[in-house]
Amino acid sequence: MAFSQAIAGRGVGDRVILAAVIACAALWVLPIAWVVLLSFKPNSELMMSTASAFRAPYTVKNYTDVAATSGVPHWFANSIIVAGSATLVTLIVASLAGYGFARTEFPFKRTLFVIVLLGLAVPEQAVIIARHQLFTDWKLHNTYLALILPSLSNPFGVFLMTQFFRAIPRDIDEAAMLDNASRFKTFWRVLLPLTIPAQATLGIITFLFYWNDYLWPLISATRPEMFTLTVGIASTQTNFAQSEGLGFLMAQAVLAGLPVFIFYLFFQRYIVQAVAGAAVR
Amino acid sequence: MSAAAQTPAQAPLLRARGAHIGPDWRSALFTAPFLLIFLGLLVYPLFWGMWISLQEYDMFDKSAIFAALKNYVALASDPIFLGSVRNTFLFVLLTVPAFVVIGLALALALNRQGRTAAVLRAVYFGTSVLSVTIVTIIWKVMYLPGRGLISVVLSLFGLAPIAFISSSSLALPAVAITTVWWIIGLPMMLFLAALQQIPAELYEAAVLDNASRWRTLWSITLPSITRTFVVVTIYEIVAQFQLFGQALLLTQGGPNNASRPIVLFIYETGFRDWNLGLAAAASEILFLLMALAAMLQYFATRRAEAR
Repeated sequence: MAFSQAIAGRGVGDRVILAAVIACAALWVLPIAWVVLLSFKPNSELMMSTASAFRAPYTVKNYTDVAATSGVPHWFANSIIVAGSATLVTLIVASLAGYGFARTEFPFKRTLFVIVLLGLAVPEQAVIIARHQLFTDWKLHNTYLALILPSLSNPFGVFLMTQFFRAIPRDIDEAAMLDNASRFKTFWRVLLPLTIPAQATLGIITFLFYWNDYLWPLISATRPEMFTLTVGIASTQTNFAQSEGLGFLMAQAVLAGLPVFIFYLFFQRYIVQAVAGAAVR
Repeated sequence: MSAAAQTPAQAPLLRARGAHIGPDWRSALFTAPFLLIFLGLLVYPLFWGMWISLQEYDMFDKSAIFAALKNYVALASDPIFLGSVRNTFLFVLLTVPAFVVIGLALALALNRQGRTAAVLRAVYFGTSVLSVTIVTIIWKVMYLPGRGLISVVLSLFGLAPIAFISSSSLALPAVAITTVWWIIGLPMMLFLAALQQIPAELYEAAVLDNASRWRTLWSITLPSITRTFVVVTIYEIVAQFQLFGQALLLTQGGPNNASRPIVLFIYETGFRDWNLGLAAAASEILFLLMALAAMLQYFATRRAEAR
């Protein structure tokens, strides 16, 4: 990239900028490092002072305690079940609808598509009270279904897939249909494999959304055994200032944050593309 | 190959399999699963929510009577709600300029090749993947008076600890700092993507003209990313309007309601006090404010594109 040199240059000024950004990055990591250090300190020591976090002794007792006594393993499993199945269902439903809107003709298609697009402007908070009532009437609160269903109604995935199907040249499916493939077969065998990049984008965004979602699980899952990891961890952090188990709480936070961080390290490029791409649409 | 090129022998066969190109009600089956969920869980609750906002709920037996605009009138004179509107606007004012300025500065500094820049980009974006719960835990033990990292560092310099969370003038800024730390990665990445779209020829011309770095930045770089500027600003306005988790978990809206945003008001009114009508009315007002922002986005991007 010739132009990046043109902006960044190679002079003294450039080195200063880079040094500043590196120093700032250290500040950015500092809070996380602080929490990790605290998580390895004995609780009794932290009661007195946290200044000792930078020196030994360190212990893994907080971690073994979390594994043995806290709800984290169970909530973790809940989050995997909810985010995993919601992602799978979103991909199926959005792909079908994307193909339907991009490639088929049926009565009122255009009107319906415009309504779906308008749905993009509706924030969760505008529907959450009626939705909560609805799930109360259906007696669905404190079930996995209640945690998965609501955000499936978000039109974003359908919008993304429709755009993607539209970008595929029509010759490809017309050729398949001339070979006597049914519509569904054309969709399933011929077009769907071409949409894998879009599936990856939508899959990552959906998974991260469900994994980190807070408001709806907070009001729908009221029984601790139905908490997702996000709600569960939040439920343990009420009385912080007086907490006798600061190290324990920190170990819980580290364990809860670790999986998504590892996921990020492995799929960093795709996650950045997916999230940034989604925001500008 | 086009449809017109079919041989007459093939055409009836195609129709028999139902694979013709024209309109067909069976094609609606592809969109049916989504439309069902969409209508049932988004469109229907949207209108039902508007209806609920016109009801007065009895908190004990949960019966409702029609109350017309009573809830809206009540909100207009409810100091806690009005305070939450003020806090929400204040929070948007605190965070959105920070997202734009810091995001752009980081993007300009990190728009370069090499391993160092890649690692730095990963660091700044990395915090965005954490959930709000983890983020607020991290910042609670940063702000904790006495035992938090900020206090520990201040004490090294012989300074007294600052009670961020329990100070009514510092609580909302503390939530804002946490939020900027959390999701600065997104505006940075959006600006980076825009910077990489700028044609290299423009910079080559600037080099030939011996333009200074400042001059290049002001006359070439910034004018080329106007659209992204607008997109980031309005995206962040809409996103920060929905402040909820950080405020609930860091400050519980306090002290003295100094950091309670609209969504937290809706949550507390609806799901703690079970005053559903009032909560629904507040959510309609939030919806209206956000719809205005979305409209602004639509017109502003169209204007930026027209340029």
